[in-house]
Amino acid sequence: MADMQLLAASGAETAAQIAAGEVSADEVLDFWLSRAANDRLNGYLWKSGPESAREGGAPGGPLSGVPIAIKDIFCTEGVPTTAASRILGGYVPPYTATSVSKTAAAGMPMLGKTNMDEFAMGSSNENSAYGACLNPWDTERVPGGSSGGSAAVVAGGLAPWALGTDTGGSIRQPAGFCGIVGLKPTYGAISRYGMIAFASSLDQCGPLTRNVTDAALLLEVLQGRDEMDTTSVGIEGGIKAPTAERLDGMTFGVPRGLIGEGIEAGVLARFEDTLIRIAELGGEIVDIELPHAGHAISAYYVLAPAEASTNLSRYDGVRYGLRSSDEDLLSMYELTREEGFGPEVKRRIMLGTYALSSGYYDAYYGRAQKVRTRIVEDFDSAFAKVDFVVTPTSPTVAFRLGEKTADPWTMYLSDVFTVPISLAGIPAISIPAGLAEPDGGGPELPVGFQIAAPAFSEQKLIEASHALEQAIGFDGSAALEGGAR
Amino acid sequence: MSTEYEAVIGLEIHVQLSTRTKMFCGCELSFGDEPNVHTCPVCLALPGVLPVPNEKAVQYALQIGAALGCELSPVSTFDRKNYFYPDNPKAYQITQATYPFAVNGRLGEVRIHHAHLEEDAAKTIHTGGGGRISGSDASEVDFNRGGTPLVEIVTEPDLRSGAQVREWGQLLRATIRQLGVSDVNMEEGSLRCDANISVRPVGSDELGTKTELKNMNSFRFIERGIEAEVTRQKEVIAAGGEVEQETLHFDPSTGELHSLRSKEEAHDYRYLPEPDLVPVVPSPETLEMAKSSLPELPAARARRYEEIGVSGQAALLLSFEVEWAEYFEGVLEAGTGIDPRVAANWVTGELAAELRRQDDRPLAESKVGPAALATLINMVAEKKISHGSGKSVLEEMVSSGAEPESVVAEQGLEQISDSGELERIVIQAIEDNPKPAEQVRSGNEKAIGALVGAVMKATQGRADGGEVNRLLRQHLGL
Amino acid sequence: MIEREQVLHVARLSRLRLSDEEVDTLTGELSSVLDHVDKLAEVDIEGVEPTSHVLPLENVLRTDEPRPSLEREVALSQAPDPHDGAFRVPSPQAEA
Ligand SMILES: [Mg+2]
Ligand SMILES: [Zn+2]
Repeated sequence: MADMQLLAASGAETAAQIAAGEVSADEVLDFWLSRAANDRLNGYLWKSGPESAREGGAPGGPLSGVPIAIKDIFCTEGVPTTAASRILGGYVPPYTATSVSKTAAAGMPMLGKTNMDEFAMGSSNENSAYGACLNPWDTERVPGGSSGGSAAVVAGGLAPWALGTDTGGSIRQPAGFCGIVGLKPTYGAISRYGMIAFASSLDQCGPLTRNVTDAALLLEVLQGRDEMDTTSVGIEGGIKAPTAERLDGMTFGVPRGLIGEGIEAGVLARFEDTLIRIAELGGEIVDIELPHAGHAISAYYVLAPAEASTNLSRYDGVRYGLRSSDEDLLSMYELTREEGFGPEVKRRIMLGTYALSSGYYDAYYGRAQKVRTRIVEDFDSAFAKVDFVVTPTSPTVAFRLGEKTADPWTMYLSDVFTVPISLAGIPAISIPAGLAEPDGGGPELPVGFQIAAPAFSEQKLIEASHALEQAIGFDGSAALEGGAR
Repeated sequence: MSTEYEAVIGLEIHVQLSTRTKMFCGCELSFGDEPNVHTCPVCLALPGVLPVPNEKAVQYALQIGAALGCELSPVSTFDRKNYFYPDNPKAYQITQATYPFAVNGRLGEVRIHHAHLEEDAAKTIHTGGGGRISGSDASEVDFNRGGTPLVEIVTEPDLRSGAQVREWGQLLRATIRQLGVSDVNMEEGSLRCDANISVRPVGSDELGTKTELKNMNSFRFIERGIEAEVTRQKEVIAAGGEVEQETLHFDPSTGELHSLRSKEEAHDYRYLPEPDLVPVVPSPETLEMAKSSLPELPAARARRYEEIGVSGQAALLLSFEVEWAEYFEGVLEAGTGIDPRVAANWVTGELAAELRRQDDRPLAESKVGPAALATLINMVAEKKISHGSGKSVLEEMVSSGAEPESVVAEQGLEQISDSGELERIVIQAIEDNPKPAEQVRSGNEKAIGALVGAVMKATQGRADGGEVNRLLRQHLGL
Repeated sequence: MIEREQVLHVARLSRLRLSDEEVDTLTGELSSVLDHVDKLAEVDIEGVEPTSHVLPLENVLRTDEPRPSLEREVALSQAPDPHDGAFRVPSPQAEA
């Protein structure tokens, strides 16, 4: 089979081709390994050799033989796992994350471990200790973050699909920036065991794929209760490949109050186009209020750093990873952590420690948890009226490397539409809504359209996204070849 | 007039639960194994792992809560307590800070503030630095113990002296041991006790600055440590000084107190709700089970024994050790009409002493069953043998397991019940000992002891003491 | 607003030995982030329960059954300073 056909095929299509005997699993793997080997996006931090990749996938599953790229936040036995941090440089875990075991059990060889923002903290992938990852649409721009590597390798034709994690938008935002599909399931749909923790009450694993059908197929592989994660419950009834072509009878709420300042004209234009598409497909557009969603970023930047500050305390130089000093105990701790963590991680550890420290808990952590309750209530009332809540995925298209690194808050604002949904714990998907020129001009770049649904209504979300995706007919092929040298 | 000061003491007690596995992972609990052979990704706090609580530990905890007369919380939750130390691999301990599983209890005269579940730290052994680059001192960490389920019991500051702490601590230990949920062995560390100590003027309601006395491995040491610290605090105040908040260690070999940490390094634990765990909500059946499965606990048993006339001290001793209590009740059952007070004294006094004397034998290995002891007690009570003979019969019973009747017969200890024979011996004794006899006649009644001794010697202790006394006095004309 | 002294205190709690330059940068950055975060005070949270979990789960427990532990060699394989089957660390009292 011609390489161009393999490159253009979605995960589901490749699986079907293998099942029909049109191509062998070995051919497919060799093709993708050679693509990954020529990564020019710095999308991979570690690449499988042919042998180890073959070992990874058990034959026989419905997706058997379709390789997958794994964000380097998932622990993989015998394979380096760094979370893109210097503090875990060279670390090789003795166990494998539940999600990775599940993809392997479904017959999917692992292509490699993808780049990311260090410990998933960032929205641009510039916070990787191993160098920024580049956007295949324009290598002077960021792929988004923190699952930037996973998004870039899928969009840039270095993997058919990938696993990422989303805490405040880390799947959806890079998917939007790279013109692919990114799904963050309901908190609890997928096990977190083996996923290196950033903010435990928010972290969730999810797929980054070429289309909605692929996202559905991967979600079905990943979801389920895991006895190693007490906060995992799975999705009742499982997930089936979507078939919907219309949106008749479905209502889509638009929180106009949230979609205001700071949004690029091109992004807004694609958003409005998409609303028109929804109406054309029979869906109804309704204005809704999310009165507290405007405070979500503030609440998030208390809660997530607070949880992160304690989750990252285990990197102490005692049992694994970097140890920078052997002089005395305090120096070991302080120098190891000082040298091992990058600036954004230190910033959040400091912020989180401050928010939890004596005398500040009520003013920061306690208050932010209550604001979170308000945001949960906002979505509950919204979903009493509508089936979905829609927004642009991000206020801008992919920005230039270095463009937002000077002021942390500016960077944080790129998650203004994704963070409220994370705090509510509900599922949301980003699908490509077309291309738009960035403010200030330049070549057109992908714009993401975000659809959120009530907790555990992933099937409904996938059906609607699928119908809309068909109508939009986005073509991502311009980036597909660009990922490899 | 100088002010009198009193000690105010509260305790924090850590009890290791004797589950099969750790609190949050499936590693087996062990004691004395090679280092780091019971670890897994979870208890080593590798990146990406999550805790899963042990159902049995929750159940054991609830039983302890019920035994301490606590209200069992309908909802309890876990929190993270953050501090860096090599024995704390996550750099936070999972504990219950805000909503513990049990609150507001009482054991004996001491109120329980609350009890909570948590995980134990690993073991750090200080070693020399041989081989290390810097050559300085080092510690080695063994994670076998790390993650063992613990119940921490926090009392109100209701205790007033080291001796009271020792006694109450023993009651607590006996209570938990009887539940079968912990070995409560202080030397092995399955029971650990910290004391918060302050002093205040007698009659005052306020609490002075407290110091914390850490982790001593016997109740004797705790008693001595507390007494030393209370004395020190009183001296500081008497000298016009102020007690400083600090953590202390008591060295039982020197009797000295050492400061471990001063307040400038005071911790800021940055507690937060543990986001990896969901609340524990015991079902009504679970709560009922925790309460109804309680055996009769030491405090209740002591009360019951006192009610049937057993002296306070003996009642306490019996009720602390369930096997002694069972033995005692066996004696009462076997000996009809036996006086519980007398029986208790035989069990906790003579029998306990004799077992101790003979190879420190535990009660479980005693050759004297409750029925045999009951027979012996009855023989004494019915004056078939003297109390003194009873003791020597018991000695033989303990060593050979013989029945009391046969020992008495073999050794010819049957009490002299023929008063004619006893009278002859008494008259002979007065004749043989003219000096004390004269002293008694001339008013020195104490001298009668020598004559009693002579009679006992002649009868080899088989005479009834009261009867001997009566006959002597009669023949001396008193 | 956050003072330089507070930044140093929080760095100590976090076990980060920041350079002087980092302390300065962080004092500015954290102050600006906290200025935004302080807007949370505008939200009416009277009588609102805090959310630490979005899932209405309870009693997710494990039976007290042993699972295999790691081989000691594996447990120690990533240790910076394994020694005699243990994880060796510098002592707190050691002289620097
Ligand atoms: Mg404790
Ligand atoms: Zn373990």
